[in-house]
Amino acid sequence: MIELMEPKVRPEQQTDAPAKIEVRDLEFFYGKSQALKDVSLDVPAHAVTAIIGPSGCGKSTLLRTLNRIYEIYPDQHAEGEILIDGQDILDRRFPLSELRRRVGMVFQKPTPFATSIRNNVAFALSYYERLSKSEMSDRIEDALRQAALWDEVKDKLGASALSLSGGQQQRLCIARTLAVRPDVILLDEPTSALDPISTARIEELIHELRQRFTIVIVTHNMQQAARVSQRTAFFHLGELIEVGDTAQIFTNPRVQRTQDYITGRYG
Amino acid sequence: MGLILLRRRLVDALAFLFASGATLFGLFWLFWILWTTFRQGFGAINVALFTQMTPPPGSAGGLLNAFYGSAVMILLAVIIGAPLGVAAGTYLAEHGRHSRLAKVVSFLNDVLLSAPSIVIGLFVYEIVVRTSGHFSGYAGAVALAMILLPIVVRTSDEALRLVPDQMREAAFALGIPRWRVTAQILYKAALTAILTGVLLGVARIAGETAPLLFTALNNQFWSGSLSGPLANVPVVIFQYAMSPYDEWHALAWAGALVLTLFVLGLNLAVRIIAKRTSK
Repeated sequence: MIELMEPKVRPEQQTDAPAKIEVRDLEFFYGKSQALKDVSLDVPAHAVTAIIGPSGCGKSTLLRTLNRIYEIYPDQHAEGEILIDGQDILDRRFPLSELRRRVGMVFQKPTPFATSIRNNVAFALSYYERLSKSEMSDRIEDALRQAALWDEVKDKLGASALSLSGGQQQRLCIARTLAVRPDVILLDEPTSALDPISTARIEELIHELRQRFTIVIVTHNMQQAARVSQRTAFFHLGELIEVGDTAQIFTNPRVQRTQDYITGRYG
Repeated sequence: MGLILLRRRLVDALAFLFASGATLFGLFWLFWILWTTFRQGFGAINVALFTQMTPPPGSAGGLLNAFYGSAVMILLAVIIGAPLGVAAGTYLAEHGRHSRLAKVVSFLNDVLLSAPSIVIGLFVYEIVVRTSGHFSGYAGAVALAMILLPIVVRTSDEALRLVPDQMREAAFALGIPRWRVTAQILYKAALTAILTGVLLGVARIAGETAPLLFTALNNQFWSGSLSGPLANVPVVIFQYAMSPYDEWHALAWAGALVLTLFVLGLNLAVRIIAKRTSK
């Protein structure tokens, strides 16, 4: 009797990193042209997964399926399954705003909204949660601190977000995403429009955020992938060529094409 | 080699000559019109112009009732036309981007944009004036709103399209529904451009005469009511300018000058707003 009452430990919980996101047989189409072919990939929780590959290889496309942002363009569609915590998010019945609250995204170019710094962070937050004024300012401060922006903006929260520098704007976009407390953060070449110092700050930030979030980063910059990620997936012409621990991919790739790419033979 | 260079220089000089000649030709008439309006109108501007009613022939007066009537009708036209125009522009730019209906609407809007204003006057005459049995300020406002509408539709459509798609993606990526993204993010980003469109539309309808001839007609006396014929600046200018009386001519010139300055002021305001926000 007593034995039966005890919760059983499921075998997958005993392994070190359960997959947060499981991509299964994913195909993606821009109109009639196919951008992803039969992609299957596991993304572990609380780690940074880097997606690398030459331009047009489908790495951004993969990222854009994870929060179904492609759906705003009616000629784009995806087939297959993407399980997040075991639920298929490509299923049309999966509510979009629930998905996008849990899976935040930061884009290549900083996209501050034409309003104050405070409102940029509050915008999505006030949509998802009814908060009192003081709770709201706590959450805004919290998000800005997590994005390592608080000290720079705490005295000018009412100022226009457009008055910030590019690097600050990008951290504001990260704060805006963190404010609604997602589990997954998608970063689409988040530093390619930034100077080296801002890039270093964002990379430090990614390093800190890794403890609490599942992060997927698309990057052109292989050194960046090597610096910030624990796992790396290499894409070429819409196919997943190789995925593995970052150290293994960069030091000892199993596939010749990966080897050629990381040694700079094409790209 | 030298010959080709010479020919290119010659063509360049000719093109420059034609282009600047055409510009000067256009500016010449514009300045002539402005100069004449100033010269004739300036002398007739006095306190009475803004405090007294339009006079009968042979006596002094002002244009107060006409200024009031024009102001009220323009205001009402903006209240009717601007929200409708912004809503339709939003449909074209945000919701109907990939639909055939939006293409048709956009085309019809262009047709309405270039429709002669007298046709719009006649149309409103048929549906408002004839059915109600009399000319009215309301009919005038409806006619002006119909001229304003396509201008606001076009400019707000374009204003929203100028907001980069990355902004939309960033807002949608937060899980915010479309109407909220439009109302809170996109309108904010496009606000000055939309406002510019409304102001340009006001500048356009301020001088419209033909649609008011068939709708608001005119009124020599003070009338605060929009349900009867209403005095307005363009029609007063038209009637007084065609009359044989010198006092009326002077008032027509004064009205024309005030109207011109008003439109000029609006255009300047638009430029100042646009410049300040582009920084």
